[in-house]
Amino acid sequence: MIEEIVRVVVVILIIVGAFLNLVSAVGVLRLPDVYTRNHAASKAATLGIVSILLATFLYYYVEVGHFNARLILAMVFLFITSPVAGHLINRAAYNSGVKLWDKSVQDDLKKEMQQNSKPKRMKLSK
Amino acid sequence: MLEIVVNIALLVIAIAMVCLIYRVIKGPTMPDRVIALDAIGINLVAIIALVSIMLKTSAFLDIILLVAILAFIGTVTFSKYLEKGVIVEHDRRNR
Repeated sequence: MIEEIVRVVVVILIIVGAFLNLVSAVGVLRLPDVYTRNHAASKAATLGIVSILLATFLYYYVEVGHFNARLILAMVFLFITSPVAGHLINRAAYNSGVKLWDKSVQDDLKKEMQQNSKPKRMKLSK
Repeated sequence: MLEIVVNIALLVIAIAMVCLIYRVIKGPTMPDRVIALDAIGINLVAIIALVSIMLKTSAFLDIILLVAILAFIGTVTFSKYLEKGVIVEHDRRNR
């Protein structure tokens, strides 16, 4: 009885994970600039892969009776590092001068950078 | 039921990887390509998990953690290179 329920849960988790990965790929394909593409890639793909790994873990736990701690470790690792990688590459894109979409209306970081850049340059010139 | 669903999910993830490869080839800037390659690594983890369900073996589960770590290190290295121009800084005084 409980095994049937877990099998259905595994199937649902696999479907959800594959769907989220497809959604993130379509977002990377169709969105207009780097920052929106990164928004699609780093969030939807992370949830999709965690869902698929959870399905794999449940499958091994129920079908084989094998508690695989490496899958839990991989889930935690991906959940921590994938948004960090997205943040780093987004920051590198902004600092290397990639333009925003020309229809975007607000750039708060530009004001901050202009305010902070003057004292930094004076400190560097000393 | 599970085998059909695993096959369909493998097909869907393969289509997603084809979309991401299009972005790697076409992408106008360098960070686009790095984002798409990072997402390809994550989709590769999903494919490894689904194939190990399909083959009913738990021998490939180390590779999942390995590919995840390698994708993260690669993305961090590329973003540091794009931002600073060097990956490992030797001159520690002028940071």
